[in-house]
Amino acid sequence: MEAAHLNSSAESIITVQGLIKQFGRFAALRGIDAEFAPGKLYAVLGDNGAGKTSLLRTLAGLSQPTRGNVTVFGSSDSSSIRHHIGYMAHPSLLYDEMSGMENLRFFAQLYGIQEEGPCVRAMEIVHLDPNLSRPAGQYSQGMRQRLSLARALVHGPELLLLDEPFSNVDARSAQEMVRLLAGLRDAGKTIFVVTHQAALLEKAADELLYMEVGRITRRAQNYTEATV
Amino acid sequence: MTLTAHTSDVSASQNMAAPNQGTGNNFKSNRPLPPISGFRTTVASLVKDIRLEWRSKDAINSMLFFSLLVVVVFSFSFDPTAQESRRIAGGLIWVAFLFAAIVALNQTWAREMRNQVLDAYRVSPAPANSLFLSKAIGNFLFVLLLEAVMTPLFIMFYQLRALGPAWQLVPIAVLGTWAIVINGTFFASISLRTRSREIMLPLLLFPISIPALLAMVEGTTSILSGELTARFWIALLLAYDVVFTMASLLLFETVLHAE
Repeated sequence: MEAAHLNSSAESIITVQGLIKQFGRFAALRGIDAEFAPGKLYAVLGDNGAGKTSLLRTLAGLSQPTRGNVTVFGSSDSSSIRHHIGYMAHPSLLYDEMSGMENLRFFAQLYGIQEEGPCVRAMEIVHLDPNLSRPAGQYSQGMRQRLSLARALVHGPELLLLDEPFSNVDARSAQEMVRLLAGLRDAGKTIFVVTHQAALLEKAADELLYMEVGRITRRAQNYTEATV
Repeated sequence: MTLTAHTSDVSASQNMAAPNQGTGNNFKSNRPLPPISGFRTTVASLVKDIRLEWRSKDAINSMLFFSLLVVVVFSFSFDPTAQESRRIAGGLIWVAFLFAAIVALNQTWAREMRNQVLDAYRVSPAPANSLFLSKAIGNFLFVLLLEAVMTPLFIMFYQLRALGPAWQLVPIAVLGTWAIVINGTFFASISLRTRSREIMLPLLLFPISIPALLAMVEGTTSILSGELTARFWIALLLAYDVVFTMASLLLFETVLHAE
């Protein structure tokens, strides 16, 4: 598929031009050109090693392009837009020895948030009890995933980058998370979800991005279109 | 309460305005961003480190047992006279503290690598130097605590009594400890992503610590033996601390965001 077809027609919140990311001699991303419209939920799909996580880390500013350019919110300087990005990685990015609220309080402070309110609300929207004093290390895997999502949400970012948010989460909790993400999208946020569980996002996602060997090979509005 | 309701609660309460139509920068909401205070993030990170250490006691316990072993083993190995003790105690004490500090320095960043928590810091707008300073101050407090506990034992085992101005041991301890931890914290962050970081840290740290170690040992020996003044060594430590603190602060952001 030609690059022109990979671009979204709406005005873009993210523009990726000729993005190449190499780790030594291995190229994780091999020339991505794409634009992404705001207020949409994108499901990023593909086999292991397709470059999904590398793309997400580059959008988050955690990884610098070897070549090419990534513009987020009109800026190619990732340090100027960190306030507006929420990132959830495959590992939890949490301190196991601290409780959920202690974790959120600490991470909220990194965004200049001193009040308790946003932390409590972030806990509530992922259906975790803010009064739970147990260390995060003793949470079940599903609870840790939800706490990790709360950490990404605590500062109210406009762009959410989520890497495998449904892994090890039971079906009911995963459906709840999908509903939550759809709600956040409806509130105007742009969300990228890297997942292997495409079926979960079948109804909620606005666009499905298929990646293969470091490239976005297909963009589809729905499953049916994707499988044609 | 349904999940949708929760979502709208959050949207409203956090003032997450729907993005404006336009390009690039216009999609960011117009809500006022909370100011990031370097001081506050440093304090928050320091409090977090102290809390984690208080709960796990990983670094403190390892340092204490290591230092205790050094004191006991050396006291059995040698049977020095009071005069000999004054001559060797400076070297013995500081080498023991330097090795013990390595344990804490390795722990300090390993904690941030578990669950890749460091990435959460890297994607945040918090200043990189706040993280570095909090780590350095935390390590400084832990090593000072170790010194406060172990020094009386050293004095007891080696029957030490200062013949020079004993108060000068305080600036030597404070400046010397800062010299160890500021470089140790910085080099531990460099060796963070290497496979054998436990070996890498001493290899990087010890050569660059030689001037500081020399000043600490010579200064302590001068005070214990009462033969020479330690003022020169204190001034050297002060200059060393200023130079390496500035260098570390200037370079840390590059180290933090290195892949």
